Amino acid sequence: MIKFSSVSKKYNNSSYALENLTLDIPDSEFVFLIGHSGAGKSTLLKLIIREEVPTTGKVLVDEWDVSSLPDSSVPTLRRKVGTVFQDFKLLPQRTVFENVSFPLEVLNLPDNEIHDSVMESLALVNLSEKAQSFPGQLSGGESQRTAIARAMVMRPEIILADEPTGNLDPQSAWEVMQILTKLNSLGSTIIMATHNLDITSSLAHRRVEIQKGRIVKDTKQKGSKDGSPEEAREKAGEAKN
Amino acid sequence: MAQIHRLTKTATKRIRRNPSNALAAILVMFLTFFVMGIFYLVSLASNVIIHYYETRPQVTAFLKDDTTTSQVESIKDDLKKIHSVTEVKYISKDEALKIYKERNKDEPILSEFVTADILPSSLEVSSNKIADFGNIANNLKNQSQVSKVVYYQEIIDTLMKVTTTVRWVGLAVVLFLLLTSITVTLIVIGLNISLHKEEIEIMKLVGATKTYVRTPFIIEGVTYGFISAFLATVSLAIAYPLIAPLIEKAFNPIPLFPTNPLVFIFLLFGEMFIGFVIGSVGAWIATRRYLEV
Repeated sequence: MIKFSSVSKKYNNSSYALENLTLDIPDSEFVFLIGHSGAGKSTLLKLIIREEVPTTGKVLVDEWDVSSLPDSSVPTLRRKVGTVFQDFKLLPQRTVFENVSFPLEVLNLPDNEIHDSVMESLALVNLSEKAQSFPGQLSGGESQRTAIARAMVMRPEIILADEPTGNLDPQSAWEVMQILTKLNSLGSTIIMATHNLDITSSLAHRRVEIQKGRIVKDTKQKGSKDGSPEEAREKAGEAKN
Repeated sequence: MAQIHRLTKTATKRIRRNPSNALAAILVMFLTFFVMGIFYLVSLASNVIIHYYETRPQVTAFLKDDTTTSQVESIKDDLKKIHSVTEVKYISKDEALKIYKERNKDEPILSEFVTADILPSSLEVSSNKIADFGNIANNLKNQSQVSKVVYYQEIIDTLMKVTTTVRWVGLAVVLFLLLTSITVTLIVIGLNISLHKEEIEIMKLVGATKTYVRTPFIIEGVTYGFISAFLATVSLAIAYPLIAPLIEKAFNPIPLFPTNPLVFIFLLFGEMFIGFVIGSVGAWIATRRYLEV
């Protein structure tokens, strides 16, 4: 459960990035955060992992009060949350396997356990055969799938995706959506900030629209209006034609 | 254990990827440890010089010709009451002649007309406390049978001043070099941190603790410290037998430098400890500002 209670965030003396925002996200929900650049979507995600602290208000992630969390507990919070970025944030000198194993090394797990978990995550994103490749040898879609494998390797309860399809061609974008939907069906809460209206309008997930730091629309949709991401993709394609 | 192994591997990789940075840090630390080692040996040598003079007769009292044995004994007893007096040696007229002849054996003409009668008997007093020389000299001057008192206060005073100055200058130079070493370590590790900024950012995002992020950099700093301390001590140990005899010649017959190999083992451990401190302090300061949550 993620809960924002009257949260405002102001950077220095500029205007509010978020203003008096209240939002509840139950466990296992898939939420799209939509809005223009600078609307406050990324700030909202950053508040969840304590990359930023709210100016006023409270952010709760399960039992954690993120707004008043001591620095020493931040790493533990972040291990509960997987993050995926538009620019992938992969380490170029490390192989796909090493990039994905990174969060597990931090946890000081034994090598054999790390190996099994990494291979399992790579299988889930269909990248087993690329385990020994370097990020420079991957396509955009493959890089993003590697980033998703890294985000899910710790089996986090929450996955935050900040414009994960922003740098991808339509086919790769739909592949990424397919994986995120699969993770959601396995029980993870997914919060995805995006500009891609094709995707958000084709998939039956909750949509929270933010403008100038405020929620202007929150559609809680139950069930899939177009079925699976594959079907949604076909429909989106047809609509364009 | 697996964690330490992984973090050490990360540190080694980072050092290997930036050999020029590592070389710069090692060279500056090497210079620091080498100079530190030199001052350590000079300090040991100055102790030897002072000890040499301190343990030799430093105050000589020439006695009048009519001094009896009992009077000599009485003066000796008086001197022994001074705590720092380690030895009082009576030199008879015959012994004085022997010493005179020995000293002038290369110039027999000087000894030709000298007999024991014209040389005074004397008392040679040794003390282990330079500050007491004046006291001992005054005591002797007050004795009725003493005709003249000679002592090396000035020489030893000058020696003490020189030694103290050398030690302070050494300390200042070493402190300055230590500070330079810490600064260079800080810069080199700072450069390495900026090269791995993205990696650190990702580490933090996936839940790495500050210690986890910091440890490879600390290992890097300590490695620079250990390598340079080891190289500096080995270089000194190699240069020492070549240079020491040349310097000792000038100070003959004082055995200026230590011959015990334990001195170098002590130096090695001491410098490695200081290397550990410099490396870890430099790395800790460098990582501090990058580890904000």
